[in-house]
Amino acid sequence: MSTHDHGDHVHPEHGADDPHAPIDDFDHYRPESLLMEQALRELLMEQGVFTAEDIQRQIDLTESRTPALGARVIARAWVDDAFRAALLADAKPALGSAFELDLANTPELTVLENTQAVHHVVCCTLCSCYPRNILGIPPAWYKSREYRSRVVIEPRSVLKEFGTELPAQREIRVVDSTADMRYLVIPLRPQGTEGWDEERLAALVTRDSMIGVAQALVP
Amino acid sequence: MSRPALAAGVAVKVGTAEPSTHCRTPHYLRGKHGVVVRTLGRYPNPEALAYHKPGLPPITLYQVEFDAAEVWGERLREAPYRITADIFEHWLEPAVPDSGQGNAA
Repeated sequence: MSTHDHGDHVHPEHGADDPHAPIDDFDHYRPESLLMEQALRELLMEQGVFTAEDIQRQIDLTESRTPALGARVIARAWVDDAFRAALLADAKPALGSAFELDLANTPELTVLENTQAVHHVVCCTLCSCYPRNILGIPPAWYKSREYRSRVVIEPRSVLKEFGTELPAQREIRVVDSTADMRYLVIPLRPQGTEGWDEERLAALVTRDSMIGVAQALVP
Repeated sequence: MSRPALAAGVAVKVGTAEPSTHCRTPHYLRGKHGVVVRTLGRYPNPEALAYHKPGLPPITLYQVEFDAAEVWGERLREAPYRITADIFEHWLEPAVPDSGQGNAA
């Protein structure tokens, strides 16, 4: 067969170099890391440590946590002083009761509030620790060597590359999450949002603003 | 762990050990002076967990704040800022204030 049929369109036969080549999905070459993951996973399943269903459940749970959840949390913190105080004092119980989240088997979390005086930006220089229980999967740049090494030595330049220019007098605090604690940032509430409801406010809260490389969107 | 917990505001110095095994103390902070921000709870020792050991009793973890100038010295490229990192108690020793050098507190 010199062509193959996709139902609505036909591709001429092509090699892997062809820009229209079908996605290979490592059929011909599996990086060692993928093989190791598969071998380890299958061994652990064989030993009864967990089941395929457990893995699927964990994937579903991880994928249910997205920056949209974080944005709802921040919007609530902006409008509800008591919730914000509880969140800053002890984040997991405050989140658990306000958003009916089961955070029992997730890492500890500390919430930091950006103010006119201090701007927090979070990183993990050792690996890629991230508040996955609230924000989900970290962006690729967060795990990159460039971000991890540069943000601790030239945070203002890094923020600028994210389009974030802070007033000169605002102190920057780079928060390196090196161990068991994860950090989530409450960005400054933008001006001109007085009287807005939570849903409207949540639309201004980006993932990057909760990491601290950006500020909340300005309406 | 007979040493009492370090309170917020206490000046500390990060250890200078160079283990070839797993640890959670970044290299760039070894030997640097900082100030305890808060206690973050007690956790099994990751240096043991990494080798399938229980890492008990758990060790107190502290958020410690450093002046960028203390961390980078002459390599500092930007206006002053601070860095916090989470350091386990066995990596911290109370810092003797030595004529204010490196001790912002």
